Formats: sequence, C-alpha cells, structure tokens
Amino acid sequence: MGVNKPIKVLWDIPREERFAPGHSMCQGCGAAITMRHLAKIMDKNTIIAMGTGCVEVTTTLFPRTSWRNPWIHLAFENTAAVASGVEAALKALSRKKIIDDSRRIKVVAIAGDGGTFDIGLQSLSGMLERRHNVMYVVYDNEAYMNTGIQRSSATPYGAWTTTTPIGTKLRGKPQPKKDIITIALAHGIPYIATANIAYPVDMVEKFRKAYEVDGPSLVHVYSPCTPGWRIRNEHTIEVARLAVQTGVWVQLEIIEGEPRVTIKVPRRKHVRHYLRIQGRFRHLTDSDIETIQKMVDEYVEKINKWVGEEAIGPVVE
Amino acid sequence: MSLAQVVERKVERIAATGNHAAAYATREVDIDVAAIYPITPQVQIAEKIAEMVANGELDAEIIPVESEHSAMSAVVAASAVGARAFTATSSQGLELMHEILYIASSLRQPVVMALATRALSAPINIWNDYGDVISMRDTGWIILFSETVQEVYDNIIQAYRIAEHPDVLLPVAVTLDGYILSHTIEPLELVTREEALKFAFKRPRGYRPVLDPDDPITIGPLAAPNWYYEIKRQQIEAIRNAGRVVREVGREYGKIFGRTYDLLEPYMIDDAKIVIISLGATASLVKAAVNRLRKQGEKVGMVKIRLYRPFPAEDLIKVIEDVDAVGVLDRAVVYGSPTEGPLFNDIAVTLATRGIHKLLVSFVHGLGGRDIFVNDVIAMYKKIKRFAEEGRSPEKTVFFGVKGEEV
Amino acid sequence: MEKTYKRDFSTWREVPIGGIIPWPGTTAEVETHAWRAYRPVINQDKCIRCRLCWVYCPDAAILEVDEEYTTPSGRKYNISYRVDLAHCKGCGICAYECPVKAIEMIPEER
Repeated sequence: MGVNKPIKVLWDIPREERFAPGHSMCQGCGAAITMRHLAKIMDKNTIIAMGTGCVEVTTTLFPRTSWRNPWIHLAFENTAAVASGVEAALKALSRKKIIDDSRRIKVVAIAGDGGTFDIGLQSLSGMLERRHNVMYVVYDNEAYMNTGIQRSSATPYGAWTTTTPIGTKLRGKPQPKKDIITIALAHGIPYIATANIAYPVDMVEKFRKAYEVDGPSLVHVYSPCTPGWRIRNEHTIEVARLAVQTGVWVQLEIIEGEPRVTIKVPRRKHVRHYLRIQGRFRHLTDSDIETIQKMVDEYVEKINKWVGEEAIGPVVE
Repeated sequence: MSLAQVVERKVERIAATGNHAAAYATREVDIDVAAIYPITPQVQIAEKIAEMVANGELDAEIIPVESEHSAMSAVVAASAVGARAFTATSSQGLELMHEILYIASSLRQPVVMALATRALSAPINIWNDYGDVISMRDTGWIILFSETVQEVYDNIIQAYRIAEHPDVLLPVAVTLDGYILSHTIEPLELVTREEALKFAFKRPRGYRPVLDPDDPITIGPLAAPNWYYEIKRQQIEAIRNAGRVVREVGREYGKIFGRTYDLLEPYMIDDAKIVIISLGATASLVKAAVNRLRKQGEKVGMVKIRLYRPFPAEDLIKVIEDVDAVGVLDRAVVYGSPTEGPLFNDIAVTLATRGIHKLLVSFVHGLGGRDIFVNDVIAMYKKIKRFAEEGRSPEKTVFFGVKGEEV
Repeated sequence: MEKTYKRDFSTWREVPIGGIIPWPGTTAEVETHAWRAYRPVINQDKCIRCRLCWVYCPDAAILEVDEEYTTPSGRKYNISYRVDLAHCKGCGICAYECPVKAIEMIPEER
C-alpha cells in the first residue's frame, strides 16, 4: 500500500512525486496542490478514474500525461460508474487468477464539484450504494471552472459567477451550497472526510485512511480557484486557511457514521475576513455579510451539536 | 475440420427465447463483468445472467447499475482493465447510453452488447422496430443483426472473437428483434463452454493496452486539433477493415459448429429480376414471401444484411449486380432525410458511388411493433414490380401499412 | 506499452490506439517557466527548512534535496530547498506562506 504509517507531522508526507509537473493548471491552483498530495499516498498499485474537468484536461494533453498510475477518463457524469467498472473487473480477474490475487489494487475516483454534486450525483450514489471498494475524491472549487466559472450546486450563497452575475435584481448565487457530506452519509459508507489544502498533514492523513478503507470512502477537498474566485495567486492557501478559521469550512472525519472535527477552532474569525479577500464576494454589503455570518453560525451550531462538543468556538475577531 | 468431425460433436438442443439465448452465450464465453440496467424487452437477459451467477454456472461480477449510462460506462471501464464485459439494453436505455457509445468505440474497447430492438419514445412504445439500433449506426460500433434465436446465440459468441481481434478492437452490438426474438421460444443448439472458449478464446492479458499497474497508461486524454483527427482516422480504418474479420470468424464458426455466417445472406438471387433487402427477423418473413412468389413463377430474390456496420457494400454489389429492381424494407425512419429509410439510403449511396443505376424503392414498415405478414411483403413486391414496369423509381419513401396511405 | 509505440509518431497509422498515452509522467518535459512574471529566490541563510514552501507548491517546483548547508551563524541543515525554474509558474504561494520571509519574488527580466 501507499503509505503504511499515519501522517502526523509534515515530515511524514512522502517526498516522492507521483504526479508530474508540467501540467497546465493555473498559477496558484488549489486543485493542483490537492492532486500532488493525493498522488503521494497512492503507490503503483492504484488505478485512477477521473471525470471531465479542470484537472483532467490540464494533465492529459495528448501525447503527454502527468499521471504515473494507470488512469482512465470517459466523460463528465460517470466517474463513479467508471470506477465501479474498474473495481468489478479487478475483482473478477483476481478471482480467475488472471491478475495476481494476492495483489491489492485500489481504485481512486477523482472528480470536481460539478462532476460530483451535480451531473455525477446519480452515478456516485450508485457506486456508494453498491459498496464498491473505491476511494472517491471530490476537489471542490465551488463552480464550473473548466468552462469558465459558472455556478454549480457547490457554489456558496452570494458568490459571483458568470451565471450568477451581479445586477440590480439578483446579486450573486441566491441559494446556499449543497451538503454533499450528508448525502454521502445517507449511504452509510465506512469513511467520509472533508479536507483542506491549508492543512496538509490532516489532508494527507485523511487521504491515507480513505485509501486504506475496504469499501467506499469519500474525501471532499476544499480547493480554491485563483481566477474563479478572483483571488491573488499567492492567496490560495490563505483563503483556504480563512475558510477553516471562520467556520465556513469544517474539517470533519466520519468513521462508520461517527463524526469528529479534526481541526478544532476554539476562537473563530468573523466571516468578513474570508469574504473580503475574494473578488467573487466583492459586491456584498455589510448587511449581506451579516446574513452570511448568520448562516455560518447556524452551520457551526449544527456541527457542534452533531459532534457533541464545541469544536468550533464563537466569533472573537 | 472435416464434416465427419462436425457430425461427431455431441450437440445439446434446447428450446429458448432470444433473451435466454443471449444470456447462455455469455455463459459459454465466460464473461467476467456484466452491467445491465433493466428495460423491456431485454430484461430477461439480465435476469438469466443473475440467475446463472447466483447458482454458480457463470463466474462473473455483476454490477447492478443505477442507469444505462452507468452500465455502458462500467463495461467500457471493465474492458479497459482487460475483462470480457457484457451489457444489454433496448430503446430508451440505448439512448441514455448514447454518449458513451461513441467513447466505447473511440477508446477501442471490445465490449459486447445485446440489443433487444424496440421503438423509441414518444409516444412510449415497448414493441419492436429498429429505431434504437439505427440511432447507433454512426457511433463506431460493429452491428450484427440476428434473424433467429440461434443467430442471437451464435452472433454473441462470434462477437467476442471479432471485437477482441487485434486488427479490430471495437465494440460489437448484436440485435434481437424485441418480442419477435427476445420473447419467442425457438429451438437452440448449444455450444459447450469448452468449445466456445476454444473458438472465442481469451487472449493473454496485455496483448492490447489495458489498465495495468506494471505498465501504466493514460486512457481517454484530451486531444487538441494537432492529433484528434489522426486518432479518428485510425478508428475509421479499424471499422472499415472489420468486415474481413467478421467474414473469417463466421466461416470458422461454420467449420466447427456447422452454421456458417457471412456478412449478408442472399436467397433465390441467381435469376432474380427483383430483390428485396431487409434486416433482422423481418428477413424470415421476406423469405416466406419469396418462396410463395417463386411458386407463382415470379423471379424474386432477397438479401438479408447481417453485418449492418461496417456496411458490406462490396458484397452487396456482387449479389445484386444483375437484378433490375431493388426494394428495401426499413423498420425505422431517419426524419427529414431525402428518403426516410436508413438501410435504403446506405444502399442508394452504395450504388450511386459506383455508377450503378437500378430501380430503387424505399419502404418503411412496422413502426412501433405494427405487425406485417407475408401477404404484406407480397404487396410490396407487387408495388416494386409496378414501378419497374413504369420504369421509374419513386422519389419518396413508401410508408407501408399506415392508416390513411394507400399502397 | 511504452515500447510498443514510437514517441516520434507522425501519421495517423502510428498514433497510439484510441489516443492512449503510454508514456507516464511525461508532462514533466513541458516547461512552464514562461507563465512566470516573478521568480522565487530562496535565501538559504534565512530558510529554517520547515518544508511549508515544498508542501504548498502546486507545481512541485520546490525541490527538497539532500544537500547539507551551514549558515554563516553556524546552523547546520541536512536538506535544502531549490526552485525548479523550468516548472515554477511564479504564483508566489511559497513566498507568501514562508513563516520567516526567506523567499523573495523577483521580477523576471526577459
């Protein structure tokens, strides 16, 4: 298997790069950081199924590939179905001794938020319900970035996108972000986690656990998009960190239905710190920001209740 | 193999529906993965495969997918790992698969699909016509039509040998007319698993590129204008040349099992002045009509197209070279086309591009399961004869058997 | 498969079947330095070898090398960080995240 021992400190993250540079992801791309570290926990015995999206088109421009593992892409909405097919084939061929049956080959499915929350939701549900031994990673950049920043069901409330423009009648996305974690939870799968590139030790350890689980697992990774969020290239990690520090994003781990917060935030920052650094929220008035703060407060309260402790504390600055 | 050897084979004969015959064929060739979503009239294929896996007759992974789109996606992916994969569908299910049909052939994955043909919505209709299979004719799949339950079975066994041939590496669809074959019990001569696997043998893993941790490849990348066209041109060549392999495989099948298959099947063609061309189970009806007309002294013959894609143009020219008039029976329509019969259009182009002029009549019949009978085929024959006497091809398709249109 | 197909293919007859890419990790050959307006320069004396620049780089363009280094003040390190200038796109995350401000973004002069 990829990494045998738990990732506890930064120095436990393997030095070896299984994801080659030279891809055409944007400067400061959060998804690129996600992919680099995801690839680090996979050893050669991993087959990747990827859905159409930013990462797919920027890493496999024929005739070169960034991937050093067997990798397959068919289309946008079927990442989980493709992963299911790969996993079933591995099972059958191992049983028939066409593939060495002592060799454990893991299937990792990767798709964006559009390919997971929206168009790929049905195939994801099918895969989770059928209990395929697949690790599913959704890199969430909160809109259709590959086609040029259109809203998805993962786009947060109030965010500007090209299809939720700022006008006199409508000002950004009127609906809140879809809760994919609860949807995954409803399938009763053994491992679910949220991860964030600003917390690499936590993220890589979650990748490792999701990879090791026998059965379906899902890791939802917060992956900022510099052009789509209208943020400075060097602010990718800063924005990701503020998401956690403000409680907009909570680092969760749900093992066999038991939730816990892995990165506790005893003293929360006001959400304006998070919003004001991003161009996609530039239009928000102070009262809009207070509305969002209330939404975050409600979310934090719900999480705290669920995990049975005050994992995320009150707003103090 | 000599005839004596053929006779020596111990043959088990059973009675089976087309759907069950399709499932038995997958057992004989030892498929590894099946992903089938239920739809009428194909559903007994999925049920029978599930039953055979449940009782240990077939060692395969079944993926009980949540849609046909996922069914096709999963079998293409399974095939990319090197598994022998199978799916089945009909009508709307095929339409939901559509996006992935192109990807299956473009990624050169040798999956096999049984298609119990059925009319397309709307209105929703579960009965037989070829609207669904015609909708996939341009997706890069090899398409074999079956006339009988036995042909369904034989075609599926041959389909794996064809699809997996290193010169082909393309998916194959095998049709069975909805209800007319899918649900009709006919005699079926079985091939043993040993014989089937000797014929449609499993090639060693790695003879074609597959997802293998020891030899990592990227399947399904992005190709820009600088290489997309070349990748497509290679695929075009593959399906163009597939006819040769279909013929070789059909001949070898005949040598071993006593039933020889070709790309098309001419009947009573030698001295025929008029020939009727059709597909699938309709051909049985045309055969019966030809027999009756021959008794009346009519010089009529027929051609059944077995290999619909790649279209066997050269073979067809050879058999219809000397006839005066050609009538084509289509159980599907291509809306807004100069003539609405899809098979007719293929034949018209085949003749025109070779500078061959014949009197041609396009018939559409039997949409949405509207029955036709031997007498109907005879009526169509008479219509062709009338046109031949007048010496002109009708410019428009004749919609046979529709209320409000006189033939 | 790496050997089945020639890398210098030039016609439709020679392209790998189905457009597969049998050459893993080959985007590494692609240089992305032209994207860059600023280049990171690491001050080896200020650098405390905390690994954060390496971990946060989207392009694996911070290289962690087993190279001993002793600072003028006598601090000894077993590893050093170098910038892969062929792949660095100049996003500046490394400089922004560096806790001791040991990385400076210098304008590229072309």
